[in-house]
Order: sequence, then C-alpha cells, then structure tokens
Amino acid sequence: MAEIFGVPIAALFGQLVLGLVNGCFYAMLSLGLAIIFGMLNIINFAHGAFYMMGAVFTWFLLSTWNISWWWSLLLAPLAVAIFGMVVERLFLKRLYKVDPLYGLLLTFGLALVIEGLFRYKYGVSGLPYGIPEVFQGALNLGFMFLPKYRAIVVAATLVVCFSTWFIIERTQLGAYLRAGTENPPLVQAFGINVPAMITLTYAIGVGLAGLAGVLAAPTLQVSPLMGSNLIIVVFAVVVIGGMGSILGSILTGLGLGLIEGLTKVFYSQASNTVVFMIMALVLLVRPAGLFGREK
Amino acid sequence: MTRAQTRYLGYAVLLVLGLLAPLVVYPVFLMNALCFALFACAFNLLLGYTGLLSFGHAAFFGTAAYVTGYSAKVIGLSTGLAIVAGTAAALVLGIIFGGLSIRRQGIYFAMITLALSQLIFFFYLQASFTGGEDGLQAIPRGKLLWVINLENDRTLYYVVFAIFLFGFLLIHRTIHSPFGQVMKAIRENEPRAISLGYDVNKYKMVAFVLSAALTGLAGATNAIVFTFVTLTDVDWHTSGDVVLMTLLGGMGSIFGPVVGAFSIVTLESKLSDKVGSLVTVIIGAIFVICVLLFRRGIVGEVQGLYRRVVGSRA
Repeated sequence: MAEIFGVPIAALFGQLVLGLVNGCFYAMLSLGLAIIFGMLNIINFAHGAFYMMGAVFTWFLLSTWNISWWWSLLLAPLAVAIFGMVVERLFLKRLYKVDPLYGLLLTFGLALVIEGLFRYKYGVSGLPYGIPEVFQGALNLGFMFLPKYRAIVVAATLVVCFSTWFIIERTQLGAYLRAGTENPPLVQAFGINVPAMITLTYAIGVGLAGLAGVLAAPTLQVSPLMGSNLIIVVFAVVVIGGMGSILGSILTGLGLGLIEGLTKVFYSQASNTVVFMIMALVLLVRPAGLFGREK
Repeated sequence: MTRAQTRYLGYAVLLVLGLLAPLVVYPVFLMNALCFALFACAFNLLLGYTGLLSFGHAAFFGTAAYVTGYSAKVIGLSTGLAIVAGTAAALVLGIIFGGLSIRRQGIYFAMITLALSQLIFFFYLQASFTGGEDGLQAIPRGKLLWVINLENDRTLYYVVFAIFLFGFLLIHRTIHSPFGQVMKAIRENEPRAISLGYDVNKYKMVAFVLSAALTGLAGATNAIVFTFVTLTDVDWHTSGDVVLMTLLGGMGSIFGPVVGAFSIVTLESKLSDKVGSLVTVIIGAIFVICVLLFRRGIVGEVQGLYRRVVGSRA
C-alpha cells in the first residue's frame, strides 16, 4: 500500500476528510459568531449550547416522532432560531447600552443553564443517531474510501457558508445589515427597523449553529456536552481568523480543521491543543488575527 | 466617625470574625472559602480595577496547585517552599499569558485567555505527573517552618487565614497606591491614559502578572488544604465560577469578591448533595440575574442603599 512519511495514504486522507468535517463545524459556528458580533457587538458564549440544541433536537425528532433527518434539517435550525429570538428579546436587548463584556457574561450564564438542563434530562452519555439511509456507505475514489455522509457535510457547509456570504455582501438585506453594523442610528433614521434587524441577525447566527448541530448529529456523538467542548476551540478559531471578514472566518475554520486532522495522523497527542498553539503563534505575529484589522 | 474610622472599624470586626470563625464553622469549609476569596480578590484586581476580563484564571489556580502538590509530594519540599514554588509557577505562566494576550482588549482578551487556559487543561490531562483523570492524590500537609504541624485543621486554618490576609492587604495596598490610580484611569478611559503618557500595556501587564501570582497563591494553599489536586482546578468552569463570585459580590469593590466567594462556596456545598447536576443550572441562572438586575453586585447595591438612606437623612 502506498505510503507518505510512513503513513498509509488511505489513512492520511481519511483523517484529512475527518478534519475537514470538523473544520466545517468550526466554520459554521465561527461564521455565526462573526455575524452576531458584527451586529450586536457581543460574543455569544451560548453558541455551543445552541449547536448542541440543534443536534439533540434532531435526535429527539427522530426518536420520539420518527421525523426524518431531512425534516430536521429545516425544523431544528428554525426551532433554535426562534429560541434565539426569544433570548435576544428577553435578555440581550437590555444590554446594548452597557459594556459588551456583560453580553459575554450573560450568554455564558445562559449556556450553563441550557447545558445543565439538557444534561439533567438526557445524561452525559451519547444519544445514538444513524446516518440517513441515502448517505450510508462510501465512495471508492481509488486512493481512499470517502464516506458519503462526510462528503455531504462538506458540500452542505460550503453551500450554506457561501449563501450566507452572498446574502450579506451582495443583497439589499445584507446592505442594510452592514450599514446597521457601521452606524445604527443613521440606518434607523432612514426608516429601517434596526431592533428587528438585530433580532433577525441573532436568529440567523444561532440558526446556523443549530444547522451545524443537525449536520453533526449523524457523524459526531450527540450529547449535552458536545457544545461546550467545541465552543472554546471555535473561540480560538475566531481569534486566529479575526472577526473582520466573513470569508476569513470560513477559511480559517476549514483550514484549522484540516491542520487538526493532519496532527492526528502525525502527532496525535497534540491534536487537542494544536489549534490553541496556532492561536498563540498567530498572536505573536499578527495580534489582530490573520484576516482582522487592528482597531 | 469619619469614613476612614468606619472603614477601620469594619476591618477590625472582620478580623475578629475571621479569628473566631473556626470555633463555630467546619475549618476545611472555611479554608476552601478563604482560598476562593483570595482567588476572587486577585481576579477582581484585574476585572474590577483594570477592566480586563480574563476567562482563563483557572490555569493559574490549577498550575500552582499541581506544582505545589508535586513539589510537596514527589520532590519533598517543605510545605512553605512548595507553596512558594506553586505561586512562582503561576507568576511565570502569568507572564506568558499576559505577553500573548495583553495587546488585545475586551472580548478578544477574554477569548484568548480562555483558549490559552484550555491549552493548559489539555496539557495537564495528558501529562503523567498530574495523574490525569485521577488527579494528584495524598499530598502531605507537612509542617510549616519545621515546627507548626499543619495536619491539625484548626492550626492550618490560621495559616490559611494569614495567607489570605497577606494577599488581601497586598491587593488593598496596590489599589490605593499611585499604581492603582493609573489602573483605574485605564479602566475608565484607556485612550486618555495613553495620551497622558502612561505606557498602558506595561501597567496592564504588571496587574495581570500580580493577579496571576496571587491566584497561584490561592491555588497552592487550596492544594495543601485538600491534599489533592484534580483537573477541576484547571477546568474552565472554575474560571467561570470566579467570574461569578466577583460579579455577584461586586466588582471594583475590595470586599465584593470576598462576599461573592463565600456565597458561592456555601451555595455549592449546600446544594450539590440536594440537587446534584442542577447546580450548574443554578449557577448559570445567578449569572443571568446578576447581569440583568444588579450589575453592581451585593456589596455595590448595599453601599448604594446605605448612601441613599444616609443621604436622605442629611
């Protein structure tokens, strides 16, 4: 069997694909964080909890009402987004006039509450969720077997991320959003309902997290703890990429997933920490992040 | 009475309370609360007086605990030296963390410190000397200065109380020094502090390292009190707990974190056997309530109430 640096090629590519799949989740979550940060100027610590909600909800729909993954793809992000709207209206709205750190603290508390409740209800062990029938099995690419579902996750993420980018950078609504980020009072003066836009932005951001959860359900372990394990890595991804550009956060997410996959092959002890180490290095060289601008 | 006199009377009452407390309350509980009170005070030095929210302080707490435990148990240093070694380790780690994060502000600073502390967490999870998931067990309490036997809970309590007072007074002294005034100026208006010619990053760095070292002192002492160190001490939930203690008690007030630490430690010890895993939910709910309803914290609100009552009478 062909090898590179003593590693079988099939295993190497297998890990790379797995890394890319993880990178997809990083990309979607950091994209949501970046959108929310741009509009609300807060870091949504509960983002991991929303991602977890998306996954657990998907599991719940199938196991309780036998609703398929395809419907979950629509229903779970919608449910998470609606929940997000309630959170924004009830809590976050009251914090726009104070230091943005309070937004971080509030969403941190919220994450603890959501996660604690889910853990109380569902325990810490994983909830099994099968891969949808259409995507079972793998494609033989000659040099490796590519599990169909992983290919679908990557494809779906690329579509979602590109659509989000398109909406924000190329449509009328996106123009309002970007204007609202720059100067809310002025946009309001032009007759655009800024508070509603803020709510919508938050809903889209957390909806993306919910969608990532649905995509993750068949391939990663569904568990109430899956979000908090991920969110800190995503924070590091955000610091590395800088929150200035949407394309930047997508690329950083995917790239770091790949690097993590490579690390698993060549030095698996560091696979948990490699993203944090890269973050430390980037901070030394470019404190504002790879795609960020120094304020 | 003048305000200064009132304050010193308050200090005296608290000192007496601290000295008499172990006669009434279980000393190990008190010691744990004192360690976390020192931890929260050190954290408040950063958040309340410099405006920097670190979400990775558990790294300093846990590092000092592991180093102290390891040097007391495996290397065989005396207890006092082990605590010094732990504190020094936290100080060094503080220099590294600070060097990487101090140039970023606000939310970025919080995320960077959180990510760095997670790096430290995974390091301890995999390193052999920490005992991984089992933790570092059976750390000898030993003797202080070769004569004072620390196996006795009550004796140890007074040592811990002295350590707490040392840390508390050091923080008090720092806050009321010219250095502390510059810190507050940075918190209030950083650009203005820069334009006045202060090297803002240097001040922040000193505050950060001091905070890290004092957090380390608390962690080192906690390791001796409990005679074991586990991954909980470096977990990000611990960083979150100390943020909550400071927030609940009142950030930017010298007694706030002490009040907050005692409240949370009491709450956790009372609740954990009753509601089990729901403790996190309660902690989270307190966070939300604090942020929404009383951002000044317990001490801040009480002070505000006191001023209103006294002010309306005058």
